[in-house]
Amino acid sequence: MEAFLAACVVAGTPLVLATVGELITEKSGSLNLGVEGLMLMGAVMGFMAAYNTGNPILAVLCAGLAGAGGALIFALVTVTLRANQTVTGLTLTIFGTGFASFVGQPMIGFSVPGSVGAFFNKTSIPILGKIPVLGPIFFKQDIFVYFSYVIVILSCVYMYKTRLGLNMRAVGENAAAADASGINVTLYKYVHILVGGALCGLGGAYLALIRVPIWQSDVVTGRGWIAVALVIFASWNPVKALLGAIFFGGLSILGLRLQAMGVAVSQYLVDMIPYVATVVIVIISSHKKKKENQPPADLGNNYFREER
Amino acid sequence: MNLLKITKRDNLNKNQEMLIRALAICLSIVCSGLILLIFGLNPVNIFQAIIDGSLGTELRIQQTIIKAVPLVITSLGILVAFKMKFWNIGGEGQIVMGALAAAFVALHFGDLPKPLMLLFMMIAAMLAGGFWAFIPAVFKAKMGTNETIFTLMMNYIAIKFVTYLQYGPWMDPNANGFPKIAPFPENAILPSVLGVHAGWILAILCTVLIYFLMKYTKLGYEITVVGESFETARYAGMNINKIIIVAMMISGGLCGLVGMIQASAIEKTLVSGISCGYGFTAIITAWLARLNAVATLFACLAFAMLIQGGAYIQLAMNVPSAVASVVEGTILFFVLGSEFFLQYRVNLAGKTDRRSKKEVA
Repeated sequence: MEAFLAACVVAGTPLVLATVGELITEKSGSLNLGVEGLMLMGAVMGFMAAYNTGNPILAVLCAGLAGAGGALIFALVTVTLRANQTVTGLTLTIFGTGFASFVGQPMIGFSVPGSVGAFFNKTSIPILGKIPVLGPIFFKQDIFVYFSYVIVILSCVYMYKTRLGLNMRAVGENAAAADASGINVTLYKYVHILVGGALCGLGGAYLALIRVPIWQSDVVTGRGWIAVALVIFASWNPVKALLGAIFFGGLSILGLRLQAMGVAVSQYLVDMIPYVATVVIVIISSHKKKKENQPPADLGNNYFREER
Repeated sequence: MNLLKITKRDNLNKNQEMLIRALAICLSIVCSGLILLIFGLNPVNIFQAIIDGSLGTELRIQQTIIKAVPLVITSLGILVAFKMKFWNIGGEGQIVMGALAAAFVALHFGDLPKPLMLLFMMIAAMLAGGFWAFIPAVFKAKMGTNETIFTLMMNYIAIKFVTYLQYGPWMDPNANGFPKIAPFPENAILPSVLGVHAGWILAILCTVLIYFLMKYTKLGYEITVVGESFETARYAGMNINKIIIVAMMISGGLCGLVGMIQASAIEKTLVSGISCGYGFTAIITAWLARLNAVATLFACLAFAMLIQGGAYIQLAMNVPSAVASVVEGTILFFVLGSEFFLQYRVNLAGKTDRRSKKEVA
């Protein structure tokens, strides 16, 4: 059981990063539906850097930059040119998918070099790793997992405890009011879209470098969309996003686990569970309309000062 | 922002509008050329090969039309939903379910006469595709559930379900252990007309029908009003829930029909990958055509050239066909961005700008 839960955390990590990335983007008022594409761009560039240099830091850096680069397109088209966010996000997914399979084609079947793999070996955190039950589940993981915890904590502190975070939420709630109070709406939107994109890219890199360390172009398979749904499920709260992501990580490895236990059920039917569960979550969260569970009021609207 | 002054434009005439769009598409081609250059490919050669591969010989033109058919019908389906601002990105799943229903008819009622068989397959496919769209539509109408994620998840559910059938209960015992579904009987295969399967006639028929539906019928008008404003529609006494559900069933039904055409004429059986990404590409073409049924036909032909050309360069030049998707995405980014220049005028900042800034301060 412990081993299964630890595996859930590993399977959930790419979702944690992408979900928090999308959450930050949405909190600043932009609905970027291109997460799937951003994760793929991060995955392929991260893998390419890892394969060519053998340097894990460089691989992670490239993945983050690729995600931010993809998000930059989104920001240019929706913030500066005020195009429809939904359609731009969908296009980003199509573009990112094409980009990843185009760039990755010559690398299909190649493995992540040993030096990178070794860097992401599991290491126990000194004191925390010794906690019974929780230790082996949460604190005997690779550093990428620990990094995702740090991101969750940082984003909480940033959003709820800092002036900048408050301004960012103000932009997402009411861009016109934020502008009137002297906040640079365009700058805030750009920065948060880019940071969000970088996190999505890192989520993709985790899949390509650690979960499946052999390049295959369909490495993300809908996880980007599950991340978009998880943001709703988590009601825009990073801690709930972490828990939701680990739960979903668990669902995605359930099939293998059941087969290993000798349960006679088709793998393909079990593979369906995360997607069905996402649908259920989207239905449930649309049903309970509590005040604190609502999306940022200005989410999805483009802001143009002259039209105030 | 300080260097430029942006003002709302008054009405542009049609020529100016066309010019801005054409400019956007030219720029997008230049930009995708640059992307190709960065990855060490010669863009001139690639674009030439795409055109040659899609229009070079009669056979290639036929192949291009074969790829345009599913794209046209799916785009028309997407258009109906998007007009309502219902973001149906479940085209893939609706295609798969349509194909599944068509396969069910083809494999279980093998001794029907051909015209009847094809008709039943079409009806079953449209009902199945419509049903797959009906589910998210009901939740959207009754509970305001987010349709983007819902329809998308329905894609994965449909694909996994067909994969399950393919590897499980529907696996053909005569395929020597290969996970395949039995091939369709001869009477379940769409005939050829003028060298291309009859799906192209359906595509043209659907274009005309949807054009009339959107332009001249009450339902078409209601769909447009719901898309523009829920409040207006409610105030006018429209039954919004009913409109959403009916429009989505039309949308899904068209996608289902695509599933039947692809299963019957192309694969001649059911496979989980039957939708080939048409459900996603159709989003681009529908938007490029500004949700106009007739313009959709032309946008889809252009994109079918990209797809067929992409397949050709993969074979002939050993360049991944995904190049085509990169080009597709780039074109749409530019077209999306160009909308801005249709609505706003951008001038370098002059005296008037400083004055208006003072007013703001």
